[in-house]
Amino acid sequence: MIGAGGGATGLGAILVEVLQGLLALLLAPGIVGLVRFIKARLQGRRGAPPWQPYRELAKLFGKEMVVSRNASWIFGVAPYVVFASTLAVALLVPMLAAPLPIDRAGDLIVVVYLLLLGTFAIGLAGLDPGSAFGGMGSSRALTIAALAEPTIALAVFALAVPAGSTNLGRIVARAIEDPGGALSPGHLMALAALFIVMLAEAGRLPVDNPATHLELTMIHEAMILEYSGRSLALLEWAAFLKFFVFLSLLANLGLPWGVALNPGASAVLVAAAILIVKVALLAAAVAVLETRLAKLRLFRVPELLSVSFLLALLAITSSFLVE
Amino acid sequence: MFLLLMLAAYAAGAVTALALPPARGRRPAAACLALGALAGAVAGARVVITGQPVGWELPSSLPGLALLLELDPLGGFFLCLIGLVVLPAAIYAPDYLASPAAPDAAGGAHAADGGRVAGALTALFILSMSLVVAAGNVFTFLLCWEGMAVCSLLLVVGDGATEERRGAGRWYAGMAHAGFLLIAACLLLLAARTSGGAFADIRGASYGLGTGARNAMFLMALFGFGSKAGLVPLQGWLPRAHPAAPSHVSALMSGAMLKLGLYGFLRVVFDLLGGGPPWWGGLALALGIISALYGVLYALLERDLKRLLAYSSIENLGLIFMGAGLGLVFHGAGRGDLAALALLASLFHAFNHAAFKGLLFMGAGSVVRATGTRDLEAMGGLIKRMPWTAACTLVGAMAIAALPPLNGFASEWLLFQSLMAGVGVAGPLFAVAMAMSVGALALTGGLAAACFVKAFGITFLALPRGRAAAEAAESPRLMRLAMLIPAAACVLLGILAPSFGRFTAAALAAVPWLDPSSASFRLDAGFEVRDGFGRIAPAVLALLLLGSAAAAWGAVRLLASRRRRVGETWGCGRIGQTSRMEYTAAAFAEPLLRVFGDLLRPTRDLTIEFHPESKYFVRSIGYRTRVRAWLEEDLAGAIRRLLRPLGGSGRLIQSGSVHLYIAYVFAALLAFLLLARWM
Repeated sequence: MIGAGGGATGLGAILVEVLQGLLALLLAPGIVGLVRFIKARLQGRRGAPPWQPYRELAKLFGKEMVVSRNASWIFGVAPYVVFASTLAVALLVPMLAAPLPIDRAGDLIVVVYLLLLGTFAIGLAGLDPGSAFGGMGSSRALTIAALAEPTIALAVFALAVPAGSTNLGRIVARAIEDPGGALSPGHLMALAALFIVMLAEAGRLPVDNPATHLELTMIHEAMILEYSGRSLALLEWAAFLKFFVFLSLLANLGLPWGVALNPGASAVLVAAAILIVKVALLAAAVAVLETRLAKLRLFRVPELLSVSFLLALLAITSSFLVE
Repeated sequence: MFLLLMLAAYAAGAVTALALPPARGRRPAAACLALGALAGAVAGARVVITGQPVGWELPSSLPGLALLLELDPLGGFFLCLIGLVVLPAAIYAPDYLASPAAPDAAGGAHAADGGRVAGALTALFILSMSLVVAAGNVFTFLLCWEGMAVCSLLLVVGDGATEERRGAGRWYAGMAHAGFLLIAACLLLLAARTSGGAFADIRGASYGLGTGARNAMFLMALFGFGSKAGLVPLQGWLPRAHPAAPSHVSALMSGAMLKLGLYGFLRVVFDLLGGGPPWWGGLALALGIISALYGVLYALLERDLKRLLAYSSIENLGLIFMGAGLGLVFHGAGRGDLAALALLASLFHAFNHAAFKGLLFMGAGSVVRATGTRDLEAMGGLIKRMPWTAACTLVGAMAIAALPPLNGFASEWLLFQSLMAGVGVAGPLFAVAMAMSVGALALTGGLAAACFVKAFGITFLALPRGRAAAEAAESPRLMRLAMLIPAAACVLLGILAPSFGRFTAAALAAVPWLDPSSASFRLDAGFEVRDGFGRIAPAVLALLLLGSAAAAWGAVRLLASRRRRVGETWGCGRIGQTSRMEYTAAAFAEPLLRVFGDLLRPTRDLTIEFHPESKYFVRSIGYRTRVRAWLEEDLAGAIRRLLRPLGGSGRLIQSGSVHLYIAYVFAALLAFLLLARWM
């Protein structure tokens, strides 16, 4: 069904896809662990080792699951929807090679709406057990998702216009071929806008605090408060994966070098190594940022998002003027 | 052939409903309507696929007053759309009307005549809608258009027993007739240049019109058809009429009738007038954007389930008109290839909206029938008592929130791509306008997701908030079957979107200057626009999602612990959970109400009664918040103030004497004859 699309076809491309999915799934907890570890060191704490999230996932998968008697089947299905939509996004975003045939199945708009599918599912699951925390969490999460949407769309637009495509593989391939374009002001502003939205979407500071359990400030944590055992493990893993996908997307859009243009074995392995380095560097930057920033009040978040909206709009205008 | 079968079946439905006693007549009448819907869809699809118009004429001795039916691909497409809504609505109606509990079923079992007239009116309403899209001349079009408006008006008013229904009737009658006058004026002006007013003759004659006349006709068409489609500022009747009508009629009105506003707009502006300068499209696009944002914001805040759906219809019609307006802009800028893309998005979304809004109104009807209320704050927990209704409504909610791989996503994706295509068409200012439109479209999408998480979550999830919700029962089998049809359509139209896109593109062939073969999209296994500027393959996406979910499920099943225990919802140590601890619909929407407070202008009252001994103890807290739809109410107030003195002076010539009225008719006729002679 996916015809010949770009530089890679056939079995090799499928292998690269599988490798990419596995790499993202396996590395994602480690990257979040790395952020936590660096943050702890910057804050003068010893901190848990970076591989702590793997232990947490293993522990949760082995535990009994407690389900509220008020919950319906939505509560049970939602973690799988969230996990599947995030994994689908992880397969659509070019990490190791570009453009792959799967690039023709979905573009950046698909990525945005797949993430919205996850938010929709978890928002319903937050309301399902009937706890006030869950409702509060889903109300806030959907508010932020709705307000972030225009910014993401505009950032997509700003990246797509100069690259001549909304499909990610083509955007990345184009950036490798034309390094000057990757350093143009429009591209940089679009990336900055995307970075701010990423902080909001991935539930990082200053929008949401992934480490909090204080009910006044929780967003994502409030929605998943009722979850335990394997469902919680899936949701946590999906959240790690989302963060990893965002970081690799930013890394490959901002610094596309290293992404293989042909799916040869050695090129892909080199690409994987370079990707890990780029993502680790970005993770360190996020850790530094989160140490320096305080969480914003919920009603200040729209201001942050409008800054990002403005950046994206400027990016489009500048790309138009440069043409 | 199928067209005549459709007409016969609808007419038979009307006769059956009127002739048989309601308890025995409802099912045969419904069967007639369902048959008519199928025949109409087949007739429409055949015309779209073969591209050959079919026609039929009932000559008349008076010039211009012949009944002329001519179904071309564009009309055929809309006939399919009507069939998609009518078929489930017909299956849904008998059991819904038979239930004594449905408070909005004014034409139901407890009506004075047992609902005979309402049944016949429903059939006539469907018949006139189907004839509107098949009309081949001005007279037939206006006759059917007015028939459609009057039948639906009578269905909305019902027995007129409540102030809500009477008020809805006044709003609807005012808006529908103001719109009708504009449409009639526009079409009659067009017909004046031909002998019989046939659309085929007008097409050739309209190019000779002067610029001023064409602009005036465009504005009349935009606002006339816009009032039917519920474009801001003509949207006020929608949130009043939809909740008041019986739910299957709401489904018909919102799913099918509103789309005829788009049909009329396309027929007159694109086909008969042949497009125009870019500002025409710009105006339609701007109205579309405003309607989309307006509709979704008020839908988000609404606590009446059917009003929420009505506001969401304003939003979706806004999206549909964005596509149509964009098509006009592109045509005005000489880019027929992009115009076809934008129109494809518009028509596709119209069809999708027919599927999911029909479904959602029927789901809402089931809920109202089971609980006896439309108030979200009295619902909750219905997913356990009404699993079929809940599952179907969930599909509709996800489709309307444009979540992949369902159908709403496919058409919104096309709309995004059409807007992005606008960047290179005109100057930098236009590019920035397109960028802002993309932002507005995305904001609408995000708010729609929030709105339907609220609508579905508060209605179906958590604990019941009232006794009626706690004792609700699932709908009868036929109603469930009726909801399954559009739910299946939402899934199939999403996954097979490219195939359906080809069908839609074939309907575009009816517009003479649109050439789908040179259009800037390609449809094979996926959608591709502008030589690979964007490409998606919805079926592959669906496989990807299903595969990921199956892999996750299998891995968890194999590797993780399978122990599961049912416990209480965690509550910080409190004993027992009640529905009073749940989040409400108002609370859910509160953050967004605050963010958009300047636009929505909510009023809040907070009253705290303190204990007389100390201010640290509170006896009671009262909190009220109200959001007034100030745009509709203030506008209606202004118009009322303007019209009242006119109405008073109009009373001077009213005496009630038939002789005097005959004299008026004679005088008017004489005046027109003299005028015609003089001109």
